[in-house]
Amino acid sequence: MTAVAEQSQQVPVARVATSERLAALAQRHGALAVLLLALLVSSLTFDAFASFDNLAGIAIQSSFLVIVALGMTFVIIGGGIDLSVGSVFALGGVLAAWASQWGMVAALVAPLLVCGGIGLLNGLIIARTGLAPFIVTLASLLGARGLLLAITSEGATTYLVPRDAVFLDLGRGTLWGLGYPVWIAVALCALGGLLLQRTGYGQAVYAVGGSEDAASLMGLPVARVKTLSYLLSGLLAGLAGCLNAARLGSGVTILGVGMELDAIAAVVIGGTLLVGGAGTISGTLCGVLLLGVIQNVINQIGNLTSSIQSVVSGAFLVVVVVTQSYLSRIRRLR
Amino acid sequence: MTAPTRTRYVQDFGVYAAVLVLLLFNALFTDNFLDLANLRTQLVQVAPVVIVALGMALVIGSEGIDLSVGSVMALAAAVIPLYLGSGMWVAIAMALLAGAAAGALNGTLVAVVNLQPIVATLALLVAGRGIALVLADGQLKQIRNPDLLALGRDQVAGLPVVVWIAILLALVVGAVVHRTTYGRQLVAVGGNRAAAQLAGLPVRRVLIVTYVLCGVFAALAGVLATARLTASDPSAIGNLMELSAITAVVVGGTPLTGGRIRVLGTVAGALLMQLLRATLIKHDLPDSTAQLVQAAIILVAVYVARQRRTT
Repeated sequence: MTAVAEQSQQVPVARVATSERLAALAQRHGALAVLLLALLVSSLTFDAFASFDNLAGIAIQSSFLVIVALGMTFVIIGGGIDLSVGSVFALGGVLAAWASQWGMVAALVAPLLVCGGIGLLNGLIIARTGLAPFIVTLASLLGARGLLLAITSEGATTYLVPRDAVFLDLGRGTLWGLGYPVWIAVALCALGGLLLQRTGYGQAVYAVGGSEDAASLMGLPVARVKTLSYLLSGLLAGLAGCLNAARLGSGVTILGVGMELDAIAAVVIGGTLLVGGAGTISGTLCGVLLLGVIQNVINQIGNLTSSIQSVVSGAFLVVVVVTQSYLSRIRRLR
Repeated sequence: MTAPTRTRYVQDFGVYAAVLVLLLFNALFTDNFLDLANLRTQLVQVAPVVIVALGMALVIGSEGIDLSVGSVMALAAAVIPLYLGSGMWVAIAMALLAGAAAGALNGTLVAVVNLQPIVATLALLVAGRGIALVLADGQLKQIRNPDLLALGRDQVAGLPVVVWIAILLALVVGAVVHRTTYGRQLVAVGGNRAAAQLAGLPVRRVLIVTYVLCGVFAALAGVLATARLTASDPSAIGNLMELSAITAVVVGGTPLTGGRIRVLGTVAGALLMQLLRATLIKHDLPDSTAQLVQAAIILVAVYVARQRRTT
């Protein structure tokens, strides 16, 4: 079939290869190029933008979304989707604040246990019953919110982290001018990259996302791979919520609404295909930072309302995905 | 590969049985539940969800999904005050037009650009409410137009107009799905897009029309919600409506894999979730429990409705 197609196309092979290479390059590094361009334009337009403090501010604000989107990247590359991360993020924050009265270890372990449990449950249900990830994680979005309301007496209680807690340093401390959450996010991305590119599990995630049937015919443990991805997503969302609570010094109950959308948007802008089977963590990182830069620039302009931000982000998303689908069509030309 | 008959019955009638059980339970154990005033309140609250869910059922039947319905409601609500000076009908027409435009954008992205429905409609979910807030200057606007207020308040034959509109739409959508060429084409496209394409069906047109209908329905729900609230509040209207609508459709037995649309089931699904919420509230169970129960019901419904893989 492909042989016939190649013969019938009266295009010199070299040209196809070049356009394909360019398309592949654009798909792989498009987000990074756009991010650099955005940084350059913003720096030239606004005096205050390129200052270290401002950039460090963007970094710390983006760090929580980076951690959440990292888990989402694994799930989406594996061909799934996780809508529960926003609720899980909020739940993780509240649990961390509540447990912080017993010290740092408790404040970390409590949210990771519960949020990891939710992620594991998502994964098990999706992998074992074959229900649509969209619906299962929609149910856990509601469920996690319900849990959050239950432990905060219907949202009326805001747990405060004790003022002298070591746990606060985790969110507020800085190293070389950058907050700890930024370093943690960077370290997690590096680990995630290794996991995705250099381990059997990571390669299996790509295989399962590319074609589940083919993966199971190759003898890959499809159910286990899926379960692990959702577990990761739950753990990371919980950890992000926990770090955020450390930074704010309290477990705010109304956080995380719509966060799943930001995470999905970041992953998609970063060049990960929602059909699964392709994507990179560096792309996701660029996607999150791009959203952060857009937000920062809109704040810099000052006389714009925050509603403009969602319009710009949405428009951006359309441009990116349309471009992506066009590029992948070029690559399929052969 | 037919499932055992009993499972088939559960799949086909489970949602209706659940609604009846809840009604019965409330009739016996909830004070004043059968009061006309209370029943009316329940119906009025569920009407916008039913209207949005009907459009969603069409989209899900085409093997798609529309995440932007809540934002489209907000968009419609924001458009109304801009044109109320020219009378209620002009304002409603413009609001519905805005919904149609949003649907056309979604449909084009899905049908022509070949994007996945989740991604295509995610963009408008993010941007739609933003556009609505920009149009409204981020402000809540009181509605003083007597015609529009009457639309939200009036009753015909003991039922609010809003409820009648929902009933009428359900009948129309049912007829469209089961009795028209478009309905048959829609189900065919949802069942197998490639096959429909090869069979010469106008796949693109069918998909675009479907998303436009969904957008118009969402806009109508936004108009009615605005009339009921007596205010246009783009920041709050239609929040999380996409989740309620998708839940109603799925609980009603329409599979997410497309190719089958259950209109009456969708209405029953919306009623079931509404009754469930009302029952839990009337028995003083907290919000948190209500959400956990809802989550469980969704999972059980989807599990029961799970279709066997036929290869």
